[in-house]
Amino acid sequence: MPLIENGKLVEDRFIRVADEDETLPASTPVLLSLDRFLKEEEALKSANVEVGLIWPNNKPIAEIAPYLPRLALVALNFPTFRDGRAYSQARLLRERLGWKGPLRAVGNVLRDQFLIMARSGFDQIVPVKPADAQAFDAAMHSYTVFYQPTGDGRKSLLRARLGRSATRADDNGSSDRGAAA
Amino acid sequence: MAAPQQQKLKVNGPVAVTANRLSDGAVVWRTAEGSWSTALADAAVVTTAPEAIALLEGAHKRDTDAVGAYVAPVILGDNGTILPGNLRERIRVNGVTFALPGSDTPASTLPAA
Amino acid sequence: MYVYDEFDRAFLAERVADFRDQVERRLSGALSEDEFKPLRLMNGVYLQLHAYMLRIAIPYGTLSSDQLRRMAHVARVYDRGYGHFTTRQNIQFNWIKLEDLPQAMADLGEVGVHGIQTSGNCIRNVTTDQWAGATPEEFDDPRIWAEILRQYSTFHPEFTYLPRKFKIAITAAPKDRAATKVHDVGLRLHRNEDGELGFEVLVGGGLGRTPFVGKSIRPFLPVRHVLSYIEAIMRVYNQFGRRDNIYKARIKILVHEIGAEAFAQAVEAEWANIRDGALKLTDEIIDDIRARFLYPDFAALEAEPAELKAALEDPRFATWYRNSVHKHKVPGYSIVTISLKPVGAPPGDATADQMDVVADLADAYAFHEIRVGHEQNLCLPNVATKDLPELWRQLDAAELATPNVNHISDIIACPGLDYCALANARAIPVAQEISKRFADLDRSRGIGRLHVNISGCINACGHHHVGHIGILGVEKNGQEFYQITLGGRADEHAQLGTLLGPAVSYDQVPGLIEDIVDAYLELRSSPKELFIDTVHRLGVEPFKERVYATH
Repeated sequence: MPLIENGKLVEDRFIRVADEDETLPASTPVLLSLDRFLKEEEALKSANVEVGLIWPNNKPIAEIAPYLPRLALVALNFPTFRDGRAYSQARLLRERLGWKGPLRAVGNVLRDQFLIMARSGFDQIVPVKPADAQAFDAAMHSYTVFYQPTGDGRKSLLRARLGRSATRADDNGSSDRGAAA
Repeated sequence: MAAPQQQKLKVNGPVAVTANRLSDGAVVWRTAEGSWSTALADAAVVTTAPEAIALLEGAHKRDTDAVGAYVAPVILGDNGTILPGNLRERIRVNGVTFALPGSDTPASTLPAA
Repeated sequence: MYVYDEFDRAFLAERVADFRDQVERRLSGALSEDEFKPLRLMNGVYLQLHAYMLRIAIPYGTLSSDQLRRMAHVARVYDRGYGHFTTRQNIQFNWIKLEDLPQAMADLGEVGVHGIQTSGNCIRNVTTDQWAGATPEEFDDPRIWAEILRQYSTFHPEFTYLPRKFKIAITAAPKDRAATKVHDVGLRLHRNEDGELGFEVLVGGGLGRTPFVGKSIRPFLPVRHVLSYIEAIMRVYNQFGRRDNIYKARIKILVHEIGAEAFAQAVEAEWANIRDGALKLTDEIIDDIRARFLYPDFAALEAEPAELKAALEDPRFATWYRNSVHKHKVPGYSIVTISLKPVGAPPGDATADQMDVVADLADAYAFHEIRVGHEQNLCLPNVATKDLPELWRQLDAAELATPNVNHISDIIACPGLDYCALANARAIPVAQEISKRFADLDRSRGIGRLHVNISGCINACGHHHVGHIGILGVEKNGQEFYQITLGGRADEHAQLGTLLGPAVSYDQVPGLIEDIVDAYLELRSSPKELFIDTVHRLGVEPFKERVYATH
């Protein structure tokens, strides 16, 4: 599957190792589940390979803190695109735990959620559909107005508006005459 | 191993497969030819679970024509007429059971919008 | 009215373009129905029995005359000439085509109206008192805070895929007209001992299959913290609300399962991290939003003008005046409720022509402003009292002056099995038949305040749990049956109704309601004791004995 990092299609350096795969590949960055990661903790330390961790949806993200110094990548999962737990985990990871490394969205990752993923702190996206990967740029630019602040650094609209004329001066469209009453 | 809908589906009496047309939501019925019709009279009526499942599987093959397909009871009237089999289906076929606002006539007698 | 600026207009245009693209991808097959459904729902688009339904938000119940006219236009051009006002300050169009929806939304977007977040598992349209800004009872205009929350919650990146839908209501008056105790979050605006403005925060209220009255988790939250506190609530819910079972996914189940105290602790712990962050509202921000609400230029008018005194000689006007006109905070002005419950009509429906009439009357007599309340009626919040007689004549001519507000025929009903894909039984024809039985105005006035709420299924869109008389449609062996509850209420004393007895058939409902009313007339301590108070004094047993004895 394609990997998009900061808007560009890139090669995925990490190999996703399933829990049941017997051995870890040598000297290649690996992406592991938490179970596998814990099982191989000692081996990984000595192997000196880059490690990515898929943090589960049902564990508080704060519990990842002790492992962060050893991670080269964190991935959060969308079991379906309708399951939004990873958005909260992503914001907490970025804004509370201060994770600066790559944060990857995996699972049922679709185009119509790219933008809110980015706003929540994801900088790597693994789209399910190739066509969605092609549409990445359009999806990211489908909106220019954002009402609320997140860790992406955009000002909330409540703040961005300050100092602008508040009332009738903005109301130049005839369609809003009633609204100005 | 049976699919979930096969395990659940019980057919007692005549049934047809119905859905809503994707483009406008209109009530449609699955025909024997594997197409959709807005006329209940065109519906393929079956009486066993395997036949109903076959109709349903056909209906699910493409989801750009109609959505939300399910098996609905019908009643076979005299000389082969097909009638909706419960209140919900009667309302889907005939319209709401009261006069629409701004009209003195029940919806069922209005021409389709 | 709040004035949308170029940011709001740009956002709406972008949203319409986004939805247009999504509809095209759906029609082409690039999006499956499973993928499309949450996207269309978040734009207010349902697929119902006969057609698509479009639900349009009326944020905090406030509409301009131009916006209402545009709704009439949508009803005429894309639908069948009418719309249905709901219990959550929305309007629904029942016969719209998916192909037409992007254009209908573009038409609405031109006047700042949209269906964004009127469905889906996100923060829904924030509702409040339809008398906001006009009633003398309130501590502040609750719409300021509803608007701040509207902006905060619109396309929130973190909270667009919650475990389930999330509804917030605000009241700023001690008399709760917004049903805040049966919302996921209820905010009660008041002043503390120091005169500071803040909210009592209630969580976990709701109706549906597991009804709860909300629990207070914070007696006083200074207003500047409202966004950070809501964010803390949302974040706890988003992470820990159940996702394994759709029927247990609402916040009320989480609050119930872990307890209000534990829930409050989790919220407070999260809030401690963010309360002084980017979401903290400064006076500057609050003042800026406040300045974007334009209020009518009220004149100094006589509180009891000669025109009113003369008109009160007409008993029909006097009846309407006593029923539908309420006290305004400015002398010489009045709040007018427009009943959308003419006897025998579907509750809450208005034709496109009626919408135009109301819009014209709002222009002529009410500073271009209309409100929508959860009782499915309209309201003109700012009418010069001297204009009431002329306003009434014109409302009356359009069949919009039925003086039955808060009477037994002012029924709240969901669309029921006539429209809704989820319903088990019809609601509208039941309401129509009950209102016909009580068409006699003297009789209905003699009964006094009595709220009847009807839902066509357990999802409770008709709020039957909190009706003084609640009617819930169920299906038994392919037949419609109805369970009756008594003693529910949605106001500041919110309470869930108690089941009266076995369910009865469709045909028996109107007669049973008449028997309940007869029992009340017999049991009440005096004509001043309201139905709800009699039920609370005596419980349902005396009603049960009398009613079921005759059935």
